[in-house]
Amino acid sequence: MSPVVSLCDISTRLGGQWVHRGLTLDVAQGELMALVGGSGAGKTTLLRQITGLQRPTSGAIELFGEPLYAGRRSQRFARLRRLGMLFQQGALFSALTVFDNIAFPLREFGGLHEAEIRVLVLAKLGQVGLAAQHATLMPAQLSGGMVKRVALARALALEPELLLLDEPTAGLDPERSAAFVALIRQLHAELGFTVVFVTHDLDTLSALATRVAVLAERRILASGTLDEVHATEHPFIQKFFRYHTTIDETPAE
Amino acid sequence: MTQGCAHLAGDWSLAALRPRLPVLRRLLSVHGLQAAGWDLSAVTRMDSFGALLLWRAWGMHEPASVLLPPALQAVMQRVRLAPPVQSAPPVRDWRVALRALGRPGLLIASHAKGFLLMLGSVVLEAARLVYRPRAIPWREFSAAFYQIGVRALPIAALVGFLIGIVLAYLSALQLRNFGADALIINILGIGILRELGPVLVSILVAGRSGSAITAQLGVMRVTEELDALAVMGVSAHQRLILPKVLAMALVMPLLVLWTSAAALGGGMVATQLQLEIGWQHFVVSLAQVVPVQNLVIGFIKGSVFGVAIALVACHFGLRIQPNTESLSRNTTAAVVAAITSVILLDALLAVMTRGIGVPLR
Repeated sequence: MSPVVSLCDISTRLGGQWVHRGLTLDVAQGELMALVGGSGAGKTTLLRQITGLQRPTSGAIELFGEPLYAGRRSQRFARLRRLGMLFQQGALFSALTVFDNIAFPLREFGGLHEAEIRVLVLAKLGQVGLAAQHATLMPAQLSGGMVKRVALARALALEPELLLLDEPTAGLDPERSAAFVALIRQLHAELGFTVVFVTHDLDTLSALATRVAVLAERRILASGTLDEVHATEHPFIQKFFRYHTTIDETPAE
Repeated sequence: MTQGCAHLAGDWSLAALRPRLPVLRRLLSVHGLQAAGWDLSAVTRMDSFGALLLWRAWGMHEPASVLLPPALQAVMQRVRLAPPVQSAPPVRDWRVALRALGRPGLLIASHAKGFLLMLGSVVLEAARLVYRPRAIPWREFSAAFYQIGVRALPIAALVGFLIGIVLAYLSALQLRNFGADALIINILGIGILRELGPVLVSILVAGRSGSAITAQLGVMRVTEELDALAVMGVSAHQRLILPKVLAMALVMPLLVLWTSAAALGGGMVATQLQLEIGWQHFVVSLAQVVPVQNLVIGFIKGSVFGVAIALVACHFGLRIQPNTESLSRNTTAAVVAAITSVILLDALLAVMTRGIGVPLR
């Protein structure tokens, strides 16, 4: 079976600097793939390239076994509908209610009756652990954790085969972040999508990832299970995990 | 009438169903409640939408005989457990009409209250600065002065010059009919210095800087910068609004002078071409036939209009809710309200100054 996402020999030049140089990575069906690396290593850039928001300077990206930019406009859009993205700040439409935010991709898709949309939206709200009365709230009235949940519900509205998460737990307290990770795991088990996510948080990493790819020195330094990556003898990886472990052991204030 | 067993097959996900959806809906509405049994064993994939479509066709309950493969149990279960949808019954209340009547009144009251509160705060902040001159926000004032005034110079000159040409050209044609060529200097001088210059600049500045001020305050609300300022004990009225109001009050007379000069320049060019009145003669008689009060009135108008634009723009900026729609609505409203208030104030000032600076012969 062809990989869901396939990055082949990606090179990216941003602001006169090489961010990626000959980067290659495959994500297989059903995997929970974590992208980790230092700040500015180009993790978010990679996610944006997978969604077609940004184009690499050279290299080939394949999504669901087809080249990302192949085909006519309608074919490209149809391919993009098979993925959902959770942006770091949620990127909810601030002028629309929670309900309309989640209904947006469904309405854009067309062909659905408003009654069906209502059922699907409320079901999605339930899936991410929100109640029906939250549907009428505006994004500005939501707490940080709720914004993430609503954004996740919106990303899942079309039941995508691939879910991209940019820092899914950033800005959440440890308890909420653990709950959110559990939610993604549960939905992953239910819906069987593939997940690629970027994180800085080692707890999120160990709780969610089935595979880890370390992005540093403009390429994928190592990829594999957390233990395999941990065992890699590369100074950056050793430092990365040691540093984060030290942070984690610092008692919370 | 009962029919045979319905066999479903293939991909029952939203994307796959979409092209045949209308046909499928029709088929389901016909057979949904009548088929004797349902065989879903050949379905390869089904998402919430596919399950929902079936569930609704079944009339929201499981038919007597269904062959559901284990892989589809979960998705069917999700739809079955989806919270029931109750749409709110339409409210029939005689008070609705009353509320619709009262709402504009309340809106106006809330605008008036907000505006007065802001005006009061700005005046208080200004008074406070008299006692604490060290806290005067010079940098913000200077930035506002530069943004509102200096950056507007090219466009103000261009617009003024062109309007001057048009005005002089049209007037010249009419005046020549009466042989009253020399009066063009009176018309241009009084009209531009007293009326056209201030109003023209104000409309320009309301569109240019008024919208900018509103949008800036609005974005600061959206990004919580206003809250950050408040937490740090910095008054937004003092640091953001007062400098803009003061800058407007001071820079607008200068812009009025600049634009009026450009408009008179344009008028001078058109006069020379149309009526053969030389620019030397134009300048000399301008000083003789146009009393200097007109220039002063123009300056005062500019200042008053500027303050009005700044206050209106800040008022709408502070009303912006943290969402994009409110941002665009209030920015539009700010420019419209600023221009309207400039015209209203102009009418008011015209009545108040009607006996000053207009020589009657």
